[in-house]
Amino acid sequence: MGLARYVIVRALLIIPTILLLYTLVFIVLRVLPGNPVLAALGTKNIPEEQLQAIMRELGLDKPLYQQYIEYLVNFLRGDMGYSMVVRGRPIASDITDRFPATLELSIWAIIVSFVLGVGIGYVAGRSRSSIVKHLARLYGSITYVLFIPALGLFLQLVFGLWLKVLPTGDRLSPGIYIKPITGMYTFDALIQGDLVAFIDAVKHIILPALTLGLVLSGPFTRLTLDNMEKVMESKIVIAYRSRGIREEAITRHVFRHTLIPVVTYLGLQFALLLGGAVLTETTFNWPGLGTYLVDKIMYRDYTAIQAVIIIFAFLVGLISLITDVLYALIDPRVRYQ
Amino acid sequence: MNINPYTGIGLAIILAFVLMALLADIIAPYSPTEASGNVLEPPSIHHIMGTDNLGRDVFSRIVFGSRTILMVVFLAVAISGALGTILGLLTGYVGGAIDRVISFIMDSIYAFPSLILAIALSVALGPNPLNAAIAIALTYVPTYFRMIRGQVLSIKSEGFVEMAKALGLPTTRIIFRHIFPHLIPTLAVVFSMNSADAVLTEAALSFLGLTVQPPTPDWGFDLYKGRGFILAGAWWMLAFPGGMITLLAIGFALLSEGISQSHAVKSFE
Amino acid sequence: MLIVEDLYVKYYTRRGTVSAVSGVSFTMQKGEMLAVVGESGSGKSTLALTIMRLLPRNAVVERGRILLDGIDVLKLSEDEMRRIRGSKVSMVLQDPFTTLDPLRRVIDQFIEFLMEHGLDRRSAEKLALEALESVGIPKTLAYSYPHQLSGGQKQRVAIAMAIALKPSLVIADEPTTALDVVVQKQIMDLIDTIKRGGTSVMLITHDIALAIERADRIMVMYGGEVMEIADKGTIMSRPLHPYTQGLLASIPRLGSDKIPESIPGYPPDLRNPPKGCVFHPRCPYADERCRSIKPQLIEVEKGHWVKCHRVVKA
Repeated sequence: MGLARYVIVRALLIIPTILLLYTLVFIVLRVLPGNPVLAALGTKNIPEEQLQAIMRELGLDKPLYQQYIEYLVNFLRGDMGYSMVVRGRPIASDITDRFPATLELSIWAIIVSFVLGVGIGYVAGRSRSSIVKHLARLYGSITYVLFIPALGLFLQLVFGLWLKVLPTGDRLSPGIYIKPITGMYTFDALIQGDLVAFIDAVKHIILPALTLGLVLSGPFTRLTLDNMEKVMESKIVIAYRSRGIREEAITRHVFRHTLIPVVTYLGLQFALLLGGAVLTETTFNWPGLGTYLVDKIMYRDYTAIQAVIIIFAFLVGLISLITDVLYALIDPRVRYQ
Repeated sequence: MNINPYTGIGLAIILAFVLMALLADIIAPYSPTEASGNVLEPPSIHHIMGTDNLGRDVFSRIVFGSRTILMVVFLAVAISGALGTILGLLTGYVGGAIDRVISFIMDSIYAFPSLILAIALSVALGPNPLNAAIAIALTYVPTYFRMIRGQVLSIKSEGFVEMAKALGLPTTRIIFRHIFPHLIPTLAVVFSMNSADAVLTEAALSFLGLTVQPPTPDWGFDLYKGRGFILAGAWWMLAFPGGMITLLAIGFALLSEGISQSHAVKSFE
Repeated sequence: MLIVEDLYVKYYTRRGTVSAVSGVSFTMQKGEMLAVVGESGSGKSTLALTIMRLLPRNAVVERGRILLDGIDVLKLSEDEMRRIRGSKVSMVLQDPFTTLDPLRRVIDQFIEFLMEHGLDRRSAEKLALEALESVGIPKTLAYSYPHQLSGGQKQRVAIAMAIALKPSLVIADEPTTALDVVVQKQIMDLIDTIKRGGTSVMLITHDIALAIERADRIMVMYGGEVMEIADKGTIMSRPLHPYTQGLLASIPRLGSDKIPESIPGYPPDLRNPPKGCVFHPRCPYADERCRSIKPQLIEVEKGHWVKCHRVVKA
C-alpha cells in the first residue's frame, strides 16, 4: 500500500538527520570544551593519576573517533553512560525517571496550543469583521514572543499567590500518591480511577501547560486564519456552493485544507516545544528532562548533558516522522507520490 | 511618508531601550551593583521598582541590564545574519553537491530546538556574554541561510541574472550587485523577527545562568533570582525584569509585522 | 426556460464601482444551447454567477429579474437558492483541477452532493455510479482521489455531477479552456449530449469559433452589455454589429491567405465606462452620435437583436 511504503521511506530519510545532529552534539560537547573532566571539576589542581582514572572510567581516554562510535552504539542499546558528577549513577535510569513528566507536559501543552491557536484562528477566519481578524493576528504575533519564565511566574503570582487557587510547582501535592504506570500522572490517575489524585494532578499541570501552550498557540492562529481566508476565496468553495452544499459542510471541508499547513508546522513547533519545555519546567519546578538538563548544566556534567541533548535529537527525528505520517493521512496526494 | 503603525510602535519600543542602554549612567538613580536601600523594599518614590534581596535598586539594574541584553542580541543577529546570508548566497548560486550537503546540514540544525542548541554551545564555550552571543548566532545561521538560499534559487532563473552571466560578469559581482539587493526587504523582516527570537534566547540563557556572572545586571538572570522570592511576595523582582524582556521582544515582533505588512502591500500593487 | 430581464450588476471596490453587467436581457428555450461570447471583462462570467447567485460579497444586483422555469431566482431566500443549485441549475467550471476537492474521493463528493438534495446514501451511491458511468468514468476511478484522474476525466466528473439531477439549465463556464485540444473535443461532445434530455445549456466562452461550431444561438457581450443576439446561421452569414464582425474576422481559417485580424484597442474600464456606445473607442465606424448617445438593443429581424446606431430596423 501507498501509506506503508511512504512511512518506511520517510523513516529511512530521518536516519541521516539524527546522525548529523548526533555528530554535531558530539563535536560541541566533547571536542569544544577541551577536557570535559577538568571543566566539570572546575579546577586544574588535580593529580594527573586521578584525572586519568576518571577519564578511563568514563571512557574519555580513548581516541575521539572510537568514543564517537562506541557512544552511539551504546546509546542505541539504551546505555547512556555514567554521570561525571554523581559517580556510578547510570544516566539512562535518570532519564527514564524524568521522561514521563516532560512527555506529559508536552502532550497537554500541545493540546492547549492546538485548541487555543486553531480555535481562535477558526473563529476569526469565519468572522466577517476585519477587526476580529486583526486582533487574532496580533494575538498570534504577541503570544509567540512572550518570555516563558516571565509568563509562568506571572501566572504563579496571580493564580498561586493572590487567588490561591492553583499550586505553583511540582507535579502532586504532598500526601497524594499515584502508582506509576505510564509515569504521566494525569493519565495514571484516570486509568486507576482515582478521582482525588486526578484532580490534584490536573491542578498541578494547568499552569505549566497553559504557559507553554499559550506561547506555542500563536503560529497556529495565524496559519489557520490565513489559510481559512485563502481557501474560502478559492474555486473549490465556489464549486461546492454551485452544487448546493450547505455552508456548514463547506466550512468543515475547507477546515481540512487549512489543517495541511498547520500539521506541517506541527513538526517545527515541536522544536519550539522542547526548548520551551526546558524553560517551563525550570519555572515550575517540574521534574522532567528540562530541569534535569539545567541541574546538570549547573554541575557541568557533560556526559549527562550530552545524553539529554541526544535524546532531544532522537525526539526531533521521531516527531518529524509522526508529522509526515499525519500529513499523509490528511492529504491523499502525498501518499501516492 | 506613511509609516505602518506596527513599525512605528515597534521602532519606538526598541529605540527607547537603546536610549536606556546608552544613557544608563544618567538615567539610573543608583548603582546597579551596590545596595542603596533595605532588602526587598516594594516600589516607592525612592525606589520606583523596589529593591532586590540585597537591597539594590531594581530600576537601576533594569537600566544597566538593557546593556547586556542589547549587546548580546545585536552581536548575535549581526554574526548569524552575515554568516547565514553569505553561505546562502554562495551555495544557492553555486548549487550542486556543495549546496545539497550544506542545505542538509542547515535543515537538520533548523529542525533542532534552537534553545537547546544554544544551551549546548554556551555550556561548551563557557558562560559569558560574548560566548552567549556566539552561541545564539550559530544557532540562528540556518534561519538566514534557508531564506536567502530559497530567494537566490528563484531570482537566479530570472532574465537579468542570465543576462549578467551571458555578459561574463564575475560570479561575486553577480551575486552581490545583482542578486543581493533584491533580498533586502525579506532580510529586514527576518532580521527583526530573528531579533525577537534572539532576545528570548538571550533571556533564556541568562535565566539558566549561562550569560553573566553576578553581580552584573541582566534581565534574565535577575528574573531567575526573583523567582526565589516569589513566596515572599516580592512581585517587583519578577514583574519588572520579566516585563522588560517581553516588551523588548514584542517591540521586535511588531517591527517585523509592520515591515512584512508594508512590503506585502507594495508587492501587491 | 430562462428569462433574464434588464439585469444590472455592480462590484463595489476600493478603487471605484464597476458596472459589470448593464441592462442585459435575453431568453433561453428548453433544450437549446446558447453561447455567450465575449472577451474577459465582458461580463459573461458575472452573468453566470448572478444566475447561480454566487456573486462575491462586494457585488450587488441593482436591477432586473431572472426567471428560471417561472421562479424568480433573485427573490429566493439563501436556503431556497441553495436547494436549487445543483438540482435545477448547475454549473461546470473552467478549471477541473480546482473544482474537485483534492482531499476527498470522487464518489464521496458525489454522494454528499446528492444527499444534500434529498437522496439517501444507498440511492445516492447508485445514482452517482450511473451518472459517472454515463460520462465514461468507470467504477474504479469513482473510488479514487481527484489527483489520480486526468484533467479531462475530472471535467467528466464535473459534468456528471452537473447533470445527475436533470436540471433545467447547465451553465458551462469555459469548460474546455484548461484542457488539451484532443480532450477539448471529447468534452464538448459530452456537453452536446446534455441538451438531448431537454436541459438548456449556456456555454460561456471567449472563443467564437467554438460557439459557432457547437451552439444553437449566440449572444455577443461587450463591456457588460449585449451587442448582438441571433441564431448561429444568422451570426455567421449576416453579423451586423461591428464587434461581432471583428470577432468573426479574428478566426483563423484553414486554406485562406488572409491573416486573421484582431480588434485594435483594449476592453473598456468599467469603473468609468465610455459615454455613448460602450464599443465606440474601438469601433472603426464610430461617429459623433456613437460618442454621445447609447444605442438601444433592437430586433432587426425575427430573433436577431443588435445594439448599434448604424443598424436601422428593417
